Amino acid sequence: MTKVGANKVSVVHASAMPACVSRWRFGAAVVVLLLLVVALIWRVLVLQVLPAGTEAQQGHIFLQGQGQARSLRVESVAAYRGVITDRNGEPLAVSTEVTTLYANPKLLALSPESWGELARSLQVSKQDLIEKLQRYRAKEFVYLQRHMPPQDAAMVLALKIPGVYGKREYKRYYPAGEVAAHVVGFTDIDDAGQEGMELAYNNHLKGQEGAKRVLKDLKGRIAKDYGQISVAQPGQDLRLSLDLRLQHIAHHELKAAVKAHDAKSGSLVMLDVQTGEVLAMANQPSYNPNDRRRISSAATRNRAVTDEFEPGSPMKALAVMAALESGKYSPGTEINTAPGYIKVGKKTLKDYKNYGLIDVTKVITKSSQVGMTKIALKIEPEAIRNMYFRMGLGQSTGSGFPGERVGNLPTYRKWQPIVRATFSFGYGMTATTLQLAQAYSVIASGGDRYPISLLKLDQLALSERVVDERIARQTIAMLQTVVQKGGTGTLAALPNYSVAGKTGTVHLVGSNGYDENRYSSIFAGLAPADNPRIAMAIVVNEPSRGQYYGGLVAAPIFSKVAAGALRLLQEPPRKDSFRLSSSKHKTRASESAG
Amino acid sequence: MNQQDFIRRMPEASSHLRRQDGMWQKLHIDVPLLILLLALTAFGLFVLYSASGGDGHYVRRQGVFFILSYIAMFSLAQVPLAMMQRWAPWFYGWGLILLVLVLVMGTGAKGAQRWLEIGGFRFQPSEALKLAVPLLIASYFSQRMLPPAFKHVFWALILITLPTLLIVKQPDLGTSLLVATSGLLVLFFAGLRWRYIVSAAALVIGSAWPMWHWGLHGYQKQRIMTLFNPEADPYGAGWNIKQSKAAIGSGGWDGKGWLQGTQSQLDFLPESHTDFIIAVLSEEMGLMGVLALMGLYLLIIARGLIIALKAQHSFGRLLAAGITLTFFVYIFVNIGMVSGMLPVVGVPLPLVSHGGTALITLMAGFGILMAISTEPKKVGL
Repeated sequence: MTKVGANKVSVVHASAMPACVSRWRFGAAVVVLLLLVVALIWRVLVLQVLPAGTEAQQGHIFLQGQGQARSLRVESVAAYRGVITDRNGEPLAVSTEVTTLYANPKLLALSPESWGELARSLQVSKQDLIEKLQRYRAKEFVYLQRHMPPQDAAMVLALKIPGVYGKREYKRYYPAGEVAAHVVGFTDIDDAGQEGMELAYNNHLKGQEGAKRVLKDLKGRIAKDYGQISVAQPGQDLRLSLDLRLQHIAHHELKAAVKAHDAKSGSLVMLDVQTGEVLAMANQPSYNPNDRRRISSAATRNRAVTDEFEPGSPMKALAVMAALESGKYSPGTEINTAPGYIKVGKKTLKDYKNYGLIDVTKVITKSSQVGMTKIALKIEPEAIRNMYFRMGLGQSTGSGFPGERVGNLPTYRKWQPIVRATFSFGYGMTATTLQLAQAYSVIASGGDRYPISLLKLDQLALSERVVDERIARQTIAMLQTVVQKGGTGTLAALPNYSVAGKTGTVHLVGSNGYDENRYSSIFAGLAPADNPRIAMAIVVNEPSRGQYYGGLVAAPIFSKVAAGALRLLQEPPRKDSFRLSSSKHKTRASESAG
Repeated sequence: MNQQDFIRRMPEASSHLRRQDGMWQKLHIDVPLLILLLALTAFGLFVLYSASGGDGHYVRRQGVFFILSYIAMFSLAQVPLAMMQRWAPWFYGWGLILLVLVLVMGTGAKGAQRWLEIGGFRFQPSEALKLAVPLLIASYFSQRMLPPAFKHVFWALILITLPTLLIVKQPDLGTSLLVATSGLLVLFFAGLRWRYIVSAAALVIGSAWPMWHWGLHGYQKQRIMTLFNPEADPYGAGWNIKQSKAAIGSGGWDGKGWLQGTQSQLDFLPESHTDFIIAVLSEEMGLMGVLALMGLYLLIIARGLIIALKAQHSFGRLLAAGITLTFFVYIFVNIGMVSGMLPVVGVPLPLVSHGGTALITLMAGFGILMAISTEPKKVGL
């Protein structure tokens, strides 16, 4: 390898041993090279254009599918949930646009310097944020904050922190708050109905989610929006039968009364007697559906529909209707209630005092146990149960409200006298506040039973005549005396309208039978008595300020709510209605007696 | 050629026939090769812009590398061949020392020790061996009788094996393969007898089994296994190939358009701006883009082979042929790897993939080609 040697040899080669060998080898090398080039091109052809689509062949059709499967995604587009309004179009539940912020923790973990800023803009402590990210560090999705006001979310997104994204959602807002909470119900954070009409009519309200095709990169970020495949269909609106104005009054008065009597709970149902629509339905305790964190399950129950109880004395009106129907009794038929108590089997049933010889009307007016027992024992045992059933007890009202109870209306092969007696004054069976209101609305409508509706009706539902109109009128007349001087429900009276109704005070059932000092105060009634518009049932459970009679606790609520309701329903006031209606009652009573 | 040989032997007779003997030859620039390289450079930057996600950063960096590599090319083109031939053993020797140093005090990443850091300057000595080995082998054989005797072949193989093993030790399978290939190609053109070739092939096949058991690292075995069954480990070893094949297949005839590839633009394709850049090109420009690139490559190779054929000395001829075909091996291994034909061995696509060291080595190689092509014609008598 010396310099001299190198020069010498190269000179020899350049001339004496020219390219013969080399050329041949060049040829071979070029042939091999070209073969390899052909192989490469063939490979690319197979992958890119040759018609071979299956996985085994790995052709371009398969590979294109693979490529698309990685990046092409179909995303859902939130649909606008329908608005719930009252019968006059006042909004009860509306959806507002909000932004939900979410993150890819894996990606966010790469920029810890941005966490402080992120926590500040989200208004959470940095420690909490770090803990959350730590907990979800192996995941690719975590909610940072749901349902933020869009402008706040936009400020967070403007920080452009990698791994933080936003999407549009809708949040439910309930303008009426706790006033209509039980009927309207609420949705969960994913906009699905959880309670009340939101749940019952979820499919009607929710609409159809739309879909859009997007291109997502490896880290799940949307790189390109190809637009919508299907447009989000907004949900349909729902018009409830409630009248928010009446609902306000009902809610307010019930709440005040429950508070004043330190009662445990209360329910009120007001029906339109001419249609079967629910005009107001209030419960205590109530809750604010806009602040879901503080909702207790006890408060969310729509007790008017889901709680059944022994309705007590208001049932006497129905039992008397059965007696009138039997033909054995008329409002004027006289019954001797002396000496103020009656023994049935082993039990002794007592009146407040010895009323002596009174007619059927007076039995209702004074709520006489003895008189009622005597009537009940005189007519067919099935007649009372049948009457209750025809008035809507022991069956669904047709409201369709989730969790509605139908009550318990037992029947017996052999009716014991004591069962017949207690049945006639509303023990030994159960009903809901709504059923009680329905029964009184049947009386009010003159014997027509309408299915209960929580939705505003466009046309009148088919009613069923369940009682003779004459008997219903007579019963209304008898019930008017309850509210008049000498009756048990005088506090339910209105200055400008006549009222018919019945009080009730029932012992609540405890662990050892009926509790001595736990009561429900009940009032069921209708107004105006001469041409009824509304029927109402009110139940106040466990008033604990000494007063517990239905006439003292529940009847005043009726008066206040009905006064406001009739005024708002533009029911013309009857001047001197008290005298007018009482004279009418007398004529009717005497007619039927005759 | 015969006529040229004739002319070459006539003193002064050819002076008026030397058409190239103008400015370009004095500057030692091979014009066709330069034009092709410039075209490829532009094309490469264009693809790189898209492969790096429309980020100008990589393109600017690569632009700087290109300028440096063109300077390296022009500089090497000025070196007389005789000098290269003389200095080849020294060059090789230093290279070996540096390789040993890499094993002793090198730095690197991902469990591989490939870099040497001296005075804040980082470089990869194994790259230099890609030129040092063919230079040495060409120099060695150009001083001996051809076809070579068995003794010389044996020594040449030792000279090739030494750096190859040192690079395998780093470990860097891709570079070691290219270094060995660059030496073996020169050996082949030097006139390696066919019986040696056949027996060597038999030896390779015979040693495949022991090599598999003792010679390869776990990740290297995995790469080869992955080649044959990429689906077996779709999220680990097979991920790269699955993604690149999907990208190539998605391209079709004319691709999705520049910057429009989903595989490459949405981060599904790993190493999209380095080793797997051809997948980006395939997805965005389709078959047409791939064929255009291959055409450019083939023209460069053709030019290289013409330079080799026209070389006046066996040193230049062997060297030119070796460098040119090593360039082809680069291309073949890279495209074969990305399209799932060959194992993933980490060979960049020449002049297109992002990366400085490989670029400078390649362009230095083209510098040598230009030196060979523009060598002043000598009449050796």
